[in-house]
Amino acid sequence: MTDKPVMIAFQDVHKYYGDYHALRGITATIRAGEFFSLLGPSGCGKTTLLRTIAGFEDISSGVVMIDGKDMAGVPANVRPTNMVFQSYAIFPHLTVEQNVGFGLRRDPMSKEDKAKAVAEALEMVGLKGFGARAAHALSGGQRQRVALARALILKPQVLLLDEPLSALDKKMREQMQMELIRLQRQVGITFILVTHDQEEALVMSDRIAVMFEGEIAQLADPETLYRRPNSRKVANFIGTMNFLPARILSEEAGRVEVDAQGFGRVTLDAAQCMGQGAGAEANIGFRPETLTILFEGQSAQDRESMATVTEVVYYGDMTYYDLRLDGTEQDTRISMRNVFGRPVLDIGTRTRVAWSPGALVLFR
Amino acid sequence: MKTVQRKPWGHRAYAIAYLIFLYAPIILLPVFAFNNSVILAFPLEGFTTKWFGEMWADQQMFNALRNSVTVAFSSAAISTILGLFAARASTRFRFPGKGPVVALVMLPLVLPEMILAMSLLVLFLSVGVNLSILTVILGHVLVTTPFAVAILTSAFQSLDRSLEEAAYDLGETPSSTFRLIILPLVMPGIVASFLICFTVSLDEFIISYFLSGTEPMLSAYIYGQFRFPANVPKVMALGTILVLLSVGLLALAEFYRRRGMARTGGKASGGFL
Repeated sequence: MTDKPVMIAFQDVHKYYGDYHALRGITATIRAGEFFSLLGPSGCGKTTLLRTIAGFEDISSGVVMIDGKDMAGVPANVRPTNMVFQSYAIFPHLTVEQNVGFGLRRDPMSKEDKAKAVAEALEMVGLKGFGARAAHALSGGQRQRVALARALILKPQVLLLDEPLSALDKKMREQMQMELIRLQRQVGITFILVTHDQEEALVMSDRIAVMFEGEIAQLADPETLYRRPNSRKVANFIGTMNFLPARILSEEAGRVEVDAQGFGRVTLDAAQCMGQGAGAEANIGFRPETLTILFEGQSAQDRESMATVTEVVYYGDMTYYDLRLDGTEQDTRISMRNVFGRPVLDIGTRTRVAWSPGALVLFR
Repeated sequence: MKTVQRKPWGHRAYAIAYLIFLYAPIILLPVFAFNNSVILAFPLEGFTTKWFGEMWADQQMFNALRNSVTVAFSSAAISTILGLFAARASTRFRFPGKGPVVALVMLPLVLPEMILAMSLLVLFLSVGVNLSILTVILGHVLVTTPFAVAILTSAFQSLDRSLEEAAYDLGETPSSTFRLIILPLVMPGIVASFLICFTVSLDEFIISYFLSGTEPMLSAYIYGQFRFPANVPKVMALGTILVLLSVGLLALAEFYRRRGMARTGGKASGGFL
């Protein structure tokens, strides 16, 4: 992906609404053909950032570039971007066809070509034969598709999606996620998605920028974001992460040695050096699925701890356990897949737990 | 188990008495318009349509009607256009002093018309403007604009802001967006505003009476006819037609407003009917 040309570049972008500092120095690049997500809680500035690309929002300082051109003073109607709005913004007084073909109004192509383009766009989003319907009579999922077709028919360099799936129910949302991924691969356009749903971002994106309070907290591919979040805040926003206190014993080039509650002395890889030096207090973080309960008869592992089950939550395919690792003062949540024949433990059971140093992440 | 909660009978009786008090006098209009007697009194003397015929033959009445319709049409058109600007500005833009400005626009709705009429009369006379139907139109615009602003503001408020942005996004300019998207969607509101302003202007008396100079206006003309008992049944006939016209126009206005709401997927609520 890094060999692709840069499509969008933000350089120290700031945005003020009166006294409110909505964007606080955004610097990032988005590459051509990337499926890029802006992920964060409401009010973090993700939608504002998206709207600066579309041209609906002026920036207070900094530079927004699209395809190498500075967008300062370029109005929304001539930018090479199209947007799918959260409310879909389907024109209620027009038919599906008229909505989809709206952007072609100024195009010099013939009437027949326009009709053909509209039909193709409708077919692409699975709405073949819906052209003559009144727009206000469509369901949520159908509006979504019309909005997509209307934006994609103009073959923009960048498609902007502002929480496009948030109004759909769970089933429909999962289906549309898959369809959006398929569409993006098919048309090869840069997609930029705004979402507050971490799962949606992980499923769909090539890269994700996690935003808090007007700043990008971490920009990485989904796997890095999940496995190696760079702060407790990011770790908590994406999935579940357990934290246990730890003390840094030594820190030198190539390795960090910590004494972590519940795990004892562990050596972590160099990427996690924090430059705090020996004796500093820190935290060890790990995902629920990185610890494994060892059932009776399972052979001993290199790395084992003892724990007591304090809570059991049965989810059908999974069981979530709260464990109290020996030597810790708080519960740790772990998840176990309910493989055939594996028992569900009772509260109070003493059990062995296996883990690997590679799954542990060091935080301040 | 079914329990129907009954409202106390007193409330119902009060509501019925209230409605009778409000509308019974209007019912009297057609009753006496078709009554075969110059004197407005019971018992009725028998059915006739001759008062309508007399009214039809009254040239002065026609002059007054022509003037009033001209005034109503002009002031409805002007105040709807002004209302369009005001509604657009108040729903779309933020500007300093917006609250007070909107309040000032809406003020004539509650200001005693007597005061408006007097101050306008003094103003026109002092700057040497001759009283004519033009001065009545100016006065009526003042009174009808708040109605236009109220109706059009609600029409603009129900308009999703992102529709406009979507049109820009798809390559349209602000002016073509207004023409292709905003105008069609607020058109029912524009029609409703025009019809209601028309009705308000047609019925208006005080400003018409003060500012019309020598031009006959319908409301003032009707008032004048009451001095001649023989003319009263004729006025009843005219009143009957005006009531029907007013109700018809208001119903039409409401119909357009609701249709507009339905078209944009909204629910009909508020409004004047």
